[in-house]
Amino acid sequence: MIDIYINNEKLSVSEGKTVLEVCREIGVSIPTFCYDERLKVEGSCRICVVEAEGSGKLLPSCATQVSPNMKILTHSPKVMRMRKRLLETMLSNHDVTCLQCEKAGQCQLQDYAYEYDVDIEKYQGRKGSQDFVASNKFFYLSRNKCILCGKCARICTQLQGNSVWAMSNRGFETEINTPFGMDMEEAGCVSCGNCVSNCPVGALMPKFTGEKFRTWDVEKTQTTCPYCGVGCQFYLLTKNGKVVGIEPMKEAVNHGLLCVKGRFAFHFINNKDRLRTPLIRKEGRLTEATWDEAYARIEEKISAIKQTYGPDSIGVLSSARVSTEENYLAQKLARAVIGTNNIDHCARLCHATSVSALSQVFGSGAMTNTFEEMKHADVIFIIGSNTTEAHPVIGTFVKIAKENGAKLIIADPREIPLREYADVYIPHDSGSDIALINGMLNHIITNKLYDQAFVEERTEGFDELVGVLDAYTPAKAAAIAGVEPDLIIQAAELYAKGPRSSIIYGMGIAQHANGVDGVCTLANLAMICGMIGKESTGINPLRGQNNVQGACDMGCLPDNYPGYQPVALGANREKFGKAWGVTLPDTTGLTATQMMEAGLKAMYIVGENPVISDPDAAHVQKVLQSLDFLVVQDIFLTETAAYADVVLPAASYAEKDGTFINSERRIQLIRPAIAPIGDAKPDYQILLEVMSRLGYENNLHTPEEIMQEITSVTPQYAGVTYPKIRRSNGIFWPIKAEEENGTRVLHSQSFSRGKGLILPVRYSPPAEETDSEYPIILTTGRVLYHYHTMTMTGKTQGLMEIAPEGYIEIHPENAARLNLSDGEEIRVVSRRGAIRAKAKLTDRIKEGIVFIPFHFKDTHVNVITNTAYDPTAKEPELKVCAVRLEKV
Amino acid sequence: MKNEEEKQIILDIIREHSEGPSSLVQVLTLIQEEHGYLPMNVQQLVAQEMKIPFSRVFEVTSFYSRFTTEQKGKYEISVCLGTACYVKGAQGILDEIKRRLNIEENQTTEDGLFSLVASRCIGACALAPAMIINKNVFGLLTKQKLTEVLAMYTESNAEV
Repeated sequence: MIDIYINNEKLSVSEGKTVLEVCREIGVSIPTFCYDERLKVEGSCRICVVEAEGSGKLLPSCATQVSPNMKILTHSPKVMRMRKRLLETMLSNHDVTCLQCEKAGQCQLQDYAYEYDVDIEKYQGRKGSQDFVASNKFFYLSRNKCILCGKCARICTQLQGNSVWAMSNRGFETEINTPFGMDMEEAGCVSCGNCVSNCPVGALMPKFTGEKFRTWDVEKTQTTCPYCGVGCQFYLLTKNGKVVGIEPMKEAVNHGLLCVKGRFAFHFINNKDRLRTPLIRKEGRLTEATWDEAYARIEEKISAIKQTYGPDSIGVLSSARVSTEENYLAQKLARAVIGTNNIDHCARLCHATSVSALSQVFGSGAMTNTFEEMKHADVIFIIGSNTTEAHPVIGTFVKIAKENGAKLIIADPREIPLREYADVYIPHDSGSDIALINGMLNHIITNKLYDQAFVEERTEGFDELVGVLDAYTPAKAAAIAGVEPDLIIQAAELYAKGPRSSIIYGMGIAQHANGVDGVCTLANLAMICGMIGKESTGINPLRGQNNVQGACDMGCLPDNYPGYQPVALGANREKFGKAWGVTLPDTTGLTATQMMEAGLKAMYIVGENPVISDPDAAHVQKVLQSLDFLVVQDIFLTETAAYADVVLPAASYAEKDGTFINSERRIQLIRPAIAPIGDAKPDYQILLEVMSRLGYENNLHTPEEIMQEITSVTPQYAGVTYPKIRRSNGIFWPIKAEEENGTRVLHSQSFSRGKGLILPVRYSPPAEETDSEYPIILTTGRVLYHYHTMTMTGKTQGLMEIAPEGYIEIHPENAARLNLSDGEEIRVVSRRGAIRAKAKLTDRIKEGIVFIPFHFKDTHVNVITNTAYDPTAKEPELKVCAVRLEKV
Repeated sequence: MKNEEEKQIILDIIREHSEGPSSLVQVLTLIQEEHGYLPMNVQQLVAQEMKIPFSRVFEVTSFYSRFTTEQKGKYEISVCLGTACYVKGAQGILDEIKRRLNIEENQTTEDGLFSLVASRCIGACALAPAMIINKNVFGLLTKQKLTEVLAMYTESNAEV
């Protein structure tokens, strides 16, 4: 600690801090333009100058470190004169149109001009170009308002990792531009809008999307993003019951960053197609009805079906999109009220294999480490995750880690965008993951690169693993995976060396008929190298939906009560039976995939759209059609709701309280920003009322009360309270009652199950292999600009302009054999059906493999995907099926 | 960069002289010397090979006046507009060249022989007003001398 004087006040501060940081801590306000605590110090705008008492020198406070006995004046006459002159110079070529500028009220230039009494017309210079740069679909740049602080360019490079903006030319000609003024998308812009959110003036602004508002007109509500599993925090800006904009939050998991969906795709909330009243099928048609009529119909039909066919003739699908509390109620509705364990949700299609495998080998089926830690990893190994498109903000964290010196290994049959940052890129064949990882394991063990102490103290099963690995020398593994053996060796050596190596994976590992094995082999890799239980290491399955973690945690699984307490254990059944005051069914229920095979009589579907998202869509439609009774509770009349007998209008995340659990087990709040649209009700309220109609009283009214009941039956959640979540913007489970923030790193002392279980696995080929009739492998996935079945993203015009339709990625060699040209529509045929899609020729995909995004109705890829599923987790193999391509 | 051969020459320069981001200016200088100018696809290639963002390469080339993205004439006339030359009438010399060659600054004559730029002080103040054509300095310019120099290049159309 050293002594310094700020405005004659003596302070004791730690060395290494800047004058600006110290001033901010003690509440002395200093203006800044180019400064951002997340960026490297630039010190170019000079507005933050302070005076060194004695010498009278003016120093940029952002770039000046404190030194012993330093005497600083922050608002001396000299400082004030300099700041005022700087502002007057900036205004000399600024288009001062504050009367109509959308930024007015939130513009730093405007605020400082007022604070420093500047003479706006003191200097009259040549105004900047009147041209707009408007090639982005979501925002535009007005150069005549730009003050050239360069923050946009530095944010894009240092935080987003894309480097789209350039500060080009020099002197008076200096301007913010894309290289050669090219279109933004062409320059690599992903429309995240992180530059826009941080522009201190009105130069970078969102495009008008139908609602004018002044910055002081809007209310701000902090909440959690409803898209992927990163759980970014932001503020919803609302005016007159309408969401008009979004602002990211800095003190949160996302560090003020968002992706294009989180930042700009909010138009679904107030969309005209939102369901506003309940609908009941009358004479074959869905007709508007009152809540009372809808509930009466549900009561009558569910009771009758339960009476006639038994409770196990009914299935409930809950949703990874709704809150944790609502998921808790959905499974309680199935178990305690209907009396069946037929409860599942779409995790069956994504990380059921992860939950199953990781629970078995570690004792806990979730991400072992947190996002923040990834930035400090020495090695990041990404397999089967297109991180920058499916979990964009984590993609940026990986780029930041890379910038910090981390080595990056990517294994993916497609050259995903992160491939450009990779030190080792392995283009292995779809479905050959186990061979590849086993090859790495073989090399690591043969060359004694593993952590012997960790293996001995913390794990069991190592010897069995060694026996199995003989068949997977790098050469043999490489032959199966279709890659060079050297790549496997390089990856193995990098990963094993660490010292902190982190594994990130996604659907490319999980969505396979041997998905559980795939996850186990990754766990083996982490365990033998001792890369688990420490910061910046671990096994990190990136979860696809905002609250898929919460839905799993709450036991929306046919074999688990809340907190992964198995239904099969009598003690658990007794515990929950007692807590809920009922006798619970003793057989485990059906998974989502099994429900489609079981000849159910009725289904209750909360916020899911299996018609588009599940494999073999034609079969799903047939099943839904054949049900005696189908209830769908959603915010839109989805393709699935179209088959319902009763449709219940639900409130969106912007209209209710509750919690979402992100992929790193962080429990965060959602808060109502507007009232529910029309007669819609929050899902928790609907579920409580339905349960009451079916004769079960909960005596619960608010999500906070529901959470209290959850904590009483869920050990991992014992310490969860809403005030704790509010205090630190999210807490991590497991959390004990006396803990404040919960656990960031899992398995640090011992594994949840005691010793980590090394389960040797053998490679098995995909359930469907290519043959002469179906010679091509089809794989599926997401694109950056859409989310799942597009019920939400499809309502945002800009996204539809960038990504209006589906397509099929084909390697030029494969296209040449069929004489296909880019953009040509072709037929894609599998054993289950055929679809049409436009060909997109690209050498970023391996020869022999094609890719179709699963979002689009016009290229409804799940018509042709395979339903073959993992024997343990019952997760279908959406990542591999055999197809043939036909010219139309 | 129009063909694989040109690409290979540029790649060789990058591979020989690139020593991380700090060598960017040197690499670009050498490429321009060889290739004549730095069009978009050359800058993209440099960015990709040196693992520097394209926007950073563009910042550098747009900052230094000696880098050009336009194809230059065989002879590049660079008229000094530094203080000494300016006082001695360099603007008049520049205007006279524009008139005679029928081009503006930063343009190239149709026959591809001459291009014209105005430069900052070239350090030949004792010879003001001065200009450089390729690597040769011509000082104490007058309209008469200008006629002689341009004629020499036009007629012989050869390196001097």
